[in-house]
Amino acid sequence: MTALVIRGGHLIDPAAGVDALKDLLLKDGRVAEIAAPGKLKQTEGAEVLDATGLTVAPGLIDMHVHLREPGQGYKETIATGTAAAAAGGFTAVTAMPNTLPVNDSPEITRWMQAPERGAAIRVFPVAAATRGSKGEAINDFAALKSAGAVAISDDGCPILKDSIMRETLAAAARVGLSVIQHAEDTRLTHFTGGRASMNLGPTSFRLGLRAMPPEAESGMVERDIRLVTELRDTHVHLHVAHTSTAAALAAVHQARRNGLRVTCEVAPHHFLLTEEHVGLYNTNAKMNPPLRSAADRDAMIAGILDGVVDAIATDHAPHAVHEKEVEFENAPNGITGLETALGLSLRWLHKKWKMPLGRVLSLLSAQPAALLNLKGRGTLAVGSFADVVVFDPKAEWTYNARETKSKSRNTPFDGWTMQGKVRWTISEGRIAYSNPA
Amino acid sequence: MSLDGLSHLLARATALENEDPLLRNRILAKRRVALLFYESSTRTRTSFELAAKGLGADTTLVSSLSSSIEKGESLKDTGLTLKALGAEAIILRHNSSGAPWLLEEATRLPVLNAGDGMHEHPTQALLDLRTILAHLRPGAEALSAGTLDGVTVTIVGDILHSRVARSNMMLLPRLGARVLLCGPRELLPDLAANAGPGITVERDFDVALGQSQVVMMLRIQAERLAGQQLDLEEYKAGYQLTGPRLAAHVPTAVVLHPGPIIRGMEITAGVADGPQSAILEQVRNGVAIRMAVLERALTASEQGGRA
Repeated sequence: MTALVIRGGHLIDPAAGVDALKDLLLKDGRVAEIAAPGKLKQTEGAEVLDATGLTVAPGLIDMHVHLREPGQGYKETIATGTAAAAAGGFTAVTAMPNTLPVNDSPEITRWMQAPERGAAIRVFPVAAATRGSKGEAINDFAALKSAGAVAISDDGCPILKDSIMRETLAAAARVGLSVIQHAEDTRLTHFTGGRASMNLGPTSFRLGLRAMPPEAESGMVERDIRLVTELRDTHVHLHVAHTSTAAALAAVHQARRNGLRVTCEVAPHHFLLTEEHVGLYNTNAKMNPPLRSAADRDAMIAGILDGVVDAIATDHAPHAVHEKEVEFENAPNGITGLETALGLSLRWLHKKWKMPLGRVLSLLSAQPAALLNLKGRGTLAVGSFADVVVFDPKAEWTYNARETKSKSRNTPFDGWTMQGKVRWTISEGRIAYSNPA
Repeated sequence: MSLDGLSHLLARATALENEDPLLRNRILAKRRVALLFYESSTRTRTSFELAAKGLGADTTLVSSLSSSIEKGESLKDTGLTLKALGAEAIILRHNSSGAPWLLEEATRLPVLNAGDGMHEHPTQALLDLRTILAHLRPGAEALSAGTLDGVTVTIVGDILHSRVARSNMMLLPRLGARVLLCGPRELLPDLAANAGPGITVERDFDVALGQSQVVMMLRIQAERLAGQQLDLEEYKAGYQLTGPRLAAHVPTAVVLHPGPIIRGMEITAGVADGPQSAILEQVRNGVAIRMAVLERALTASEQGGRA
């Protein structure tokens, strides 16, 4: 494999405590050497990327992505989804198991990682907790882990039964996997003949839409935390997916104060948008959990700034155009997010709310790597995987959903101003995306 | 729509109603209007159709149960098909809130909302307004933010699922009316009071009645209860409009109901047929209002859009 030198850039590697001008040598898929500018020792024959004026950071890691394969290749494939990820600066994503069929087997887990899928970056499958994600029979987590699963989740189909959730947490703890819960008490959000389609509040009343109370999320998080408390002597780790309500975040915070291993992620749309963005039934503002109140949105921002939030994850959920061009209630949940996460995080968290760049990047790389126990990722220390993002931190640009690398373009951020333009994304030493200025 | 626009619309409704039918027939002569109905309807469908025909337009009805909608055709494709067939405006009744926006975006035609899910039923609110004005402000022409000053309208019953309630609670306060919403928690969440200015929730029916000049009764929408259970006897005890109740609290108020009425449930037969009832007057006003709305949609090309 050819060697690659990244020269003249500003290396920010929060996990390694580096924030300085550095040259990097990447070789055989790993970081081989880091040195002061011009001081690399063994650069012969290496391709050189000039990163002068650019930021060099560990490749981003999105721990909540729907790649739609197997089964729904018309929305996204592993190849197109990872191409979008690479364009967004990501070098690893975890693929949720709500595929068709559900990823509840070592065979599917392996299939998703096979070279034939044409992934541009690393894909780490999350395997289903229960058979078919039906919330009844627990899968063989040891077998799923050895097939490559990095976490357990029935994402989209929350586990309602206490006994099954307790067993899932305990069994996952035994094999050292985290359990990621999509926290939604569906007894409060599903009804005869359909599902609620936005947050419960004055807006949903005005629009005449059936709605999800915030308690559907926070109540489930509180239930899960009770179960974690019961299992506290094990290695149990509960990770709350796409946290969207102030009450759920407060519950996570309290659990952590009580010494429990409970973590959470927040999606950019939940720290930027509110239920008002549904506007006149914009289906690209429909997702689950839904956009919440301004108070909830503000709580997400505060949680990120205060360090209560452990990771930023996109919940990238591609859907075909025709699926979203329907009545709001009939439209599927979800928006794409891989290409906008960095640009939005830098513009809002870093520039607007003055969060140090290193902390923003950490939420997008080092912290998810630690949560998922991805060894050698989320850092660029010598010996780590050569997963790198190189971006121009000052560049402002406008996102155009029609130019996406994803198969879908269901995003509410079309036309939004982004900050930080990705120049190169390097996955295990290979250039997965390049867009030189 | 501005208050001037509303005044003009109401004036046109009256003018069109009084117009010589042969002259009126020329206003939209041979224009093509499609009625696209995803839900059953008696009053709204018939009065829109009579209104369109009264202005000389050709109408065609597509209903979800006897069309390719049953085969899975989307709203977008159904709309594009109607447009290709020459429809110049579509009157849409749909079970999903917001459907008119989708149809308008897909077809770029004027879409008249004949009721969308639990959201709005604008022409119903307009005909209700016409009925209220006829009783309380006879002869009023130009509307203003004070036209209905001192008027309290109580809307009673299944507010949660009612597009009629939403349209009225948005419209009437703009003219100075106070809207009281009345019903049990299952059918009237507290947050309804935040839907707009001039709206108050009053759970006690008798208290609400005592303050009202207009009482608008609503049907319990069994088709939208979606598994919700309701004790109907308890409901009737609390919220049925009966003769004695009316006599005790509001012997002069105007009684409205958008229909269909379920006699013996939200309203007794005696009240529905009684002297304070303006229910059939509302129905009659529907044709005049819908003529005005259709005229506006199809002749003021730069306006277009939803009624």
